[in-house]
Amino acid sequence: MRFLLDAEQRAFADALRAMLTAADTPAVIRDWSRGDHTRGRALWSRLAEAGVFALAVPEEYGGLGPRPVELAVAFVELGRYAVPGPLVETAGAAVLLGEPAPARRFLPGLAAGADLATVAAPGGYALDGDAASLRLSPAPDGLYLCTAPPGPVRRSLDPARRLTALPPGGELLTPAVPYDRALTWIRLATAAQALGVGLALLDRTVAHVRQRTQFGVPVGSFQAVKHRLADSRTALEFARPLVLGAAVSLRPEDVAAAKLTACEAAYRTARTALHLHGAIGYTAEYDLSLWLTKARALRSAWGTPEECRDRVLAAGL
Amino acid sequence: MDLTHSPADEEFRTEARAWLRAHVPRTPLPSLETEEGFAAHRAWEAELAADRWSVVSWPERYGGRDAGLLRWLVFEEEYWAAGAPGRVGQNGVSLLAPTLFAYGTQEQRARVLPPMATGEVVWAQAWSEPEAGSDLAALTSRAVRTDGGWRLRGQKTWSSRAAFADRAFGLFRSDPAAPEPHQGLTYLMFGLRDPGVTVRPIGRLDGKPAFAELFLDDVFVPDEDVIGEPGQGWRIAMSTTGDERGLTLRSPGRFLASAARLRDLWRAQGSPEHSRARVADALIAARAYQLFAYAAASRILDGARLGPESSMNKIFWSELDLALHETALDLLGAEGELADGAWSEGYVFSLAGPVYAGTNEIQRDIVAERLLGLPKGRR
Ligand SMILES: Cc1cc2nc3c(=O)[nH]c(=O)nc-3n(C[C@H](O)[C@H](O)[C@H](O)COP(=O)(O)OP(=O)(O)OC[C@H]3O[C@@H](n4cnc5c(N)ncnc54)[C@H](O)[C@@H]3O)c2cc1C
Repeated sequence: MRFLLDAEQRAFADALRAMLTAADTPAVIRDWSRGDHTRGRALWSRLAEAGVFALAVPEEYGGLGPRPVELAVAFVELGRYAVPGPLVETAGAAVLLGEPAPARRFLPGLAAGADLATVAAPGGYALDGDAASLRLSPAPDGLYLCTAPPGPVRRSLDPARRLTALPPGGELLTPAVPYDRALTWIRLATAAQALGVGLALLDRTVAHVRQRTQFGVPVGSFQAVKHRLADSRTALEFARPLVLGAAVSLRPEDVAAAKLTACEAAYRTARTALHLHGAIGYTAEYDLSLWLTKARALRSAWGTPEECRDRVLAAGL
Repeated sequence: MDLTHSPADEEFRTEARAWLRAHVPRTPLPSLETEEGFAAHRAWEAELAADRWSVVSWPERYGGRDAGLLRWLVFEEEYWAAGAPGRVGQNGVSLLAPTLFAYGTQEQRARVLPPMATGEVVWAQAWSEPEAGSDLAALTSRAVRTDGGWRLRGQKTWSSRAAFADRAFGLFRSDPAAPEPHQGLTYLMFGLRDPGVTVRPIGRLDGKPAFAELFLDDVFVPDEDVIGEPGQGWRIAMSTTGDERGLTLRSPGRFLASAARLRDLWRAQGSPEHSRARVADALIAARAYQLFAYAAASRILDGARLGPESSMNKIFWSELDLALHETALDLLGAEGELADGAWSEGYVFSLAGPVYAGTNEIQRDIVAERLLGLPKGRR
């Protein structure tokens, strides 16, 4: 029993953080939101070099995985910098394409960052269908590779998330769809990403209330302000062990619990962040908005709170 | 990253489980907040101690098993899952004992700890005063130097179970001329039946005489009952409040067991839709608390100390405890109103969680200032 990241895992997080700090992600996100993927693709390549997309890919197909703990570590950082793109979908696709034939054909490209994959949840939209080179539809009779062009881009509450419907059918890749296993990875990555989003929102808000003065003092010295931020910190710090614990166990109920808690903590933090920034928090111009809108979108992506609770109760946790 | 216990720790779990199965009273003991219940719980402590289960993490020479933090967590999981009684000695065990391990003398440890481990001497915490609650440093009770010791004068209040306990530990102002309120305080131990001590029980919300106020009129304390250096009381006391708010006062095992019982209750009621979210959230929060504790324990085993993060812990467990019990009473409907119900006593106790061990407002201040680095403001 040693429930703590090791030095290598911490170094991995630090390295990603250094790279992403230098990447000026707000500018990348704004380009991506307009459908200009150039800088996003360049960042994607660097993430691939760092091994981010190889973590769910087994070694025999060019990956480093399966390494769910490292995946969680990486996705916290991707969330912290609000990196755009079908990140969790690409990680999930690696699991979805795990049958030998599609694995041989697609996984090396995914691990190397050459391919961006998106996955449409049954009945849902695919994220960034216009940017993804692999568009996957899991259906009851098998896993389909979408060969027709995706539908028109629909605007998400999070401008960086470009949603498209996938036309039904396409090429049948395999009749066996490990959808539940893929969903577990997708939810884990989403939970970690949400935790990162929440941590970034908290950091930015703490910095803001320390320097914004009203009534002659920093607003961060008012107790009502402090206590909301203390609650955010507490909620996020108790989501963190659930995310890491779920990565260790990979039990679907643990992942559902982590997804629910991390997304809830991030969303609550987003509400607090918006409020404590005052009117500036309500503007699209200010970079905070890039995280605010993502917190809302992640809350229902890949499992609403109620779906996650059902999973927990069905298993008895 | 590893969540599996070593085979030796699992063996320890098995041994604890077997012992508890054989010994946990089949009918619940009467409330430990009553005289009769207090005596029954004291006897239970003796039974635990006879087989070295009362303070498993302590060194063997004081009655423990040298089991370490991880096994303590394992033991607590088994203890509460077995439905074992509440711990009457908890204030001594979770507050005074860590203080003595850190600041006490060899002589004090040898004298105080073994009878604490057996329940023969039950300790009360005498910190709060009528005019010193959240602002504990405002305390005015005095310790005046005398031959071979100190004389205590003043009043303490809200001292849990002091009505039936044997001894108390608390802070006293030994240097009223000190420039700052938290300077010139001395931390010491005294007997609740010593000459000059008057104990007045106070009925709590449910009328049980759980806590008490203490009137101290020239109570003599010998030098050997001073903890650490005179005048250093604040620093010593604060170093152990982390323990109270942190792991040791409210172990994860307790909430895991309560959450599992809540889930069973919900199912027994036909899994009503209206409570689904609250039951799921309680299960998840109990699991989060367990994993947070495992992470904290791993850090402590690496040599770190729990700092202000214990304040997050305190906010979290107190709110979880309330939510668990409120949900249970709501599920029970009319039955939930009955004062002698299985959940009722726990509910009344959980109501106090956000107040004692430093109110949650005080904890939020600590989190905001010491973890987030926000400026100190007007309190
Ligand atoms: C069941 C129970 C058991 C207890 N057991 C013990 C014991 O064994 N030994 C012992 O010494 N004490 C014990 N206490 C006392 C407990 O530690 C105090 O009640 C607590 O510290 C709060 O002090 P107070 O009651 O004087 O409230 P006050 O300090 O008067 O606070 C009243 C309200 O004002 C708020 N408040 C005060 N200051 C601030 C601030 N700066 N910012 C925001 N809000 C503030 C508080 O949060 C609270 O809501 C116990 C209390 C209870 C309820």
